[in-house]
Amino acid sequence: METLITILSGVLVTVGTYLLLSKSILRVVLGTAIFSHAAHLLIITMGGLKTGNVPILGDEDVSAFVDPLPQALILTSIVISFAVTAVILTISYRAYQTLGTDNLEELRGSKYD
Amino acid sequence: MTNLIVLPMALPIIIGIILIFLRPYIKTQRAITVIGLLTTIGISGYILQSVYTDGIMRLDFGGWQPPFGILFVADSFSAILVLVATIVTLICTIYAFSSIGREMENMYFYSFVNFLLAGVNGSFLTGDIFNLYVNFEIMLLASYVLIVLGGKKMQLRESIKYVVINIISSWFFLVGIAYLYAQLGTLNMAHISQLISESGQTPLLTITSLVFLVVFALKSGLLLYFWLPGSYSAPPTAVAALFGGLLTKVGIYSMIRVFTLIFYHETQITHLAIGILAGATLIAGSIGAVAYKDIRQIVAYNVIIAVGFILVGLAVMTQEAFEGSIYYLMHDMIAKSLLFLLAGTMITVTGEKRFDNMSGLIRNYPAFGWMFFIVMLSLAGVPPLSGFIGKVLVGQGAIEAGSFILLALAFISSIFVLYSLLRIFLNSFWGETIISFEDEIPLRKGWMVSFGLLTILMFVLGLGAEYFAPYVADAAYTLMNPQVYIDAVLND
Amino acid sequence: MKINNVILRTVTKLVVFIILTLAVYLFFAGHNSPGGGFIAGLVLASAFVLLFIVYDMETIKNAIPLDFKKIAALGAFLAVGTGFGAFLFDVPFLTQAFDYFQVPFFGEIELTTVTIFEAGVTLAVVGVVVTIILSISEDV
Repeated sequence: METLITILSGVLVTVGTYLLLSKSILRVVLGTAIFSHAAHLLIITMGGLKTGNVPILGDEDVSAFVDPLPQALILTSIVISFAVTAVILTISYRAYQTLGTDNLEELRGSKYD
Repeated sequence: MTNLIVLPMALPIIIGIILIFLRPYIKTQRAITVIGLLTTIGISGYILQSVYTDGIMRLDFGGWQPPFGILFVADSFSAILVLVATIVTLICTIYAFSSIGREMENMYFYSFVNFLLAGVNGSFLTGDIFNLYVNFEIMLLASYVLIVLGGKKMQLRESIKYVVINIISSWFFLVGIAYLYAQLGTLNMAHISQLISESGQTPLLTITSLVFLVVFALKSGLLLYFWLPGSYSAPPTAVAALFGGLLTKVGIYSMIRVFTLIFYHETQITHLAIGILAGATLIAGSIGAVAYKDIRQIVAYNVIIAVGFILVGLAVMTQEAFEGSIYYLMHDMIAKSLLFLLAGTMITVTGEKRFDNMSGLIRNYPAFGWMFFIVMLSLAGVPPLSGFIGKVLVGQGAIEAGSFILLALAFISSIFVLYSLLRIFLNSFWGETIISFEDEIPLRKGWMVSFGLLTILMFVLGLGAEYFAPYVADAAYTLMNPQVYIDAVLND
Repeated sequence: MKINNVILRTVTKLVVFIILTLAVYLFFAGHNSPGGGFIAGLVLASAFVLLFIVYDMETIKNAIPLDFKKIAALGAFLAVGTGFGAFLFDVPFLTQAFDYFQVPFFGEIELTTVTIFEAGVTLAVVGVVVTIILSISEDV
C-alpha cells in the first residue's frame, strides 16, 4: 500500500513539474497546487498507512490508533498551501490585468528597466 | 518567566492584527508600530541577557512536554538574531514613514511588516522543524504581499517568479520533513539530533540532509540565487532593505542550525558540499557585483557575496569561525539594510538607476555621500567598523581548519565588494554635479534618521565588539556543542 | 446578464439555513469527533458564497453589511488572544483549560477555552475565504 501511494505521489510530482514548466501562469499555479498535494500524500504515507483506528479520543485502546502527527502536519500544510495558492492566484490575476499577458516568456523582463 | 520568549513573535502578530482595525488612522498605526517594535527590542534584549546568565530558555506550548509538543527555544544565537532583526525592522519602518506613500500605508503595509517580523523571529526561536516550516511560510506570505504591494509592472513581473521559486523550495522542505519523519518519527530538533547521534547518521539520513541543504540554499541564496537580484530590485526601497537585511539571513540561520545541531556527523559530505557551494557563491557573486551598472543589481549581488562569506564559517566548523559568522551575520543585517536604503535613496533623488548616469551627488548631499563611504568600508572589512571583526575571525577559523581555498576566496571577494561599491561611489558622488541646487530633492528627516541610526549601529558593533564577545562566544559554543542545546530541551 | 432562476433562489433560501446549521454542528462536534473550527469556517463561507452567487453582490452586501477583512482580523485576534490569556495565569503560552459545569436544563456540559480559539479560527477562515472570492470576482 505504501509503495503504491508513494508511486502515486511521484506521478503527481511528474504532472506538477510538467505544468510548472509550461508558459501560461495559470498552469504554473495549478502545477504548484498539485505539487503541494503530492507532498501531503508523501507525508501521510511516511507516517504509515492503515495501521490502526482514527486517532480521536474515546473509549478505545490507545495503542490501536494511527499516528496522529502526520495528519496534523497535513492539515497545517493544507491550510498554508491554500493561503499561498490564493495569494499567487490573486497576484497572477493582477499581473494578467496590468501586464496584459499570461505568457511567462513575455514576462521575462528586459535588461534596461 | 519562560512565556517571555514567545513575545518576539506573538507581539508583532497581535500588533499587526490590531493595525488592520485602524486602517484609516495612519498616524496611530505608525505610533503603535514604533511602540510595539521598541517593546519587542526591549524584550529581546532581556531574553539575550537572561539566556547569557541562566542558560538556554525553553517554552513548551500548551504545556506539552518535549519531544511531543511544539516548543520555542532561545539560545544566544537565536536571541542575538532576534534582537538585531527587530532593530533593523524598526529602522526600516522609520524610513518607510517618509518614503512609502499614503496609498500603501492604507493597504495594511505596517500590518504586513509586523507579520514579516513575526515570521522571522519565529523562525529564529522555534525548536521544532515543522514549526520552522510554518514560520518560514508566515514570513514568506508577508513577503509575497510586501513585494507586490503598489502593483507596479515590474513588481508584478518579478513577484510571480519570487513566489513560484519559494513555493518550490517550501515543497522541498515538506519532502525533507516527510523523509525525516519516516526515519525518526519525531520533529523536535533536539530529539532528532539525539536519535541520530544514538543510531548514527545513516546514508539515507545524509541524503535527507542534502534535501534540506537544497531548501536552505534556495532560501538563503547560496549558489541558487538566480531569483534574488530580480526580486530584490522590484519592491520599494524600505521593503527591499527589509528583504536584504532579513530574508536571506533566516535561510542562513536555518542552515547553520540544522547542520550544527542535527546533521553534523558526516561533515566530509555535507559540510564539504556547503564549502563548495559557498566558494562558488563567492565567485559568482563577485562576478555579478562588478558586471552590472544598475545600482540595485550590484547591491543585490553584494547580498549574495555575504551569504557565501557567512557560510564559509559553517563549512570550516571551528569555534572562531562560528564566532566570526555570527558577528558577520549581525553586521550584515545592519549594513545591507543601510546599503539598500542608500541605493534606493540615490535612485529616488536622481531618477536614474545606473551609476554612470549619476555624478557629483556629494555636492548636493555631503552627509549622505559619506555614509555611503562608511558602509562601503564596513562591508569591505576596514577596522574599526563592524565588518572587520567578523572577517578576521572567519579567516582565523579557516586557517585553523586548513581550508586555504575558502580563505582566499573569502578575502578576494572582499576586494570585489570594495571595488563594486567604490565604482558607485566614485562615479555617482564625485565628478560634475548633475543636479542643480534649485531642483535638488531635499533628503527628508526620516531618511537621515534611519541612515544615521544604522551608521551608529555599525560603529557600535565595530567598536563594542569586546562588549558583545561573551554573547557571541556563548552562541558559538552552543553551535559547536549540540549536546548543550539537547540537554536544555530534553533533560532538565 | 440577468437570469431568472426562480428555482435556484427558492432552494437557496432554504439551503442556506441548512448549511449554517451544519456549520454550527461541525463547530461544536469538532471538540471530540470529526469537525472543528476550520471546517466549520469553510462551510460557513460556502453559505455566504452561495448567497453571493445566487443573488447579486449589491443585494447581499446591503443585507449583510460586514467587512469580511475585519471579520478575519477579529478571528485572528481572538485566536492569538487566547494564547495571551496564559500570561494572566502564569502557565505556558496557548495552554487550554476545561472543566465540567452543571447548567440548568442542559445538565452537565464541558466548557473549554479551546472553543474560543476555534471560534477565532472559524471567523478568520470565513473572513479570508469570502474576501478572496469577493476580491477576485468583483472586477471580472
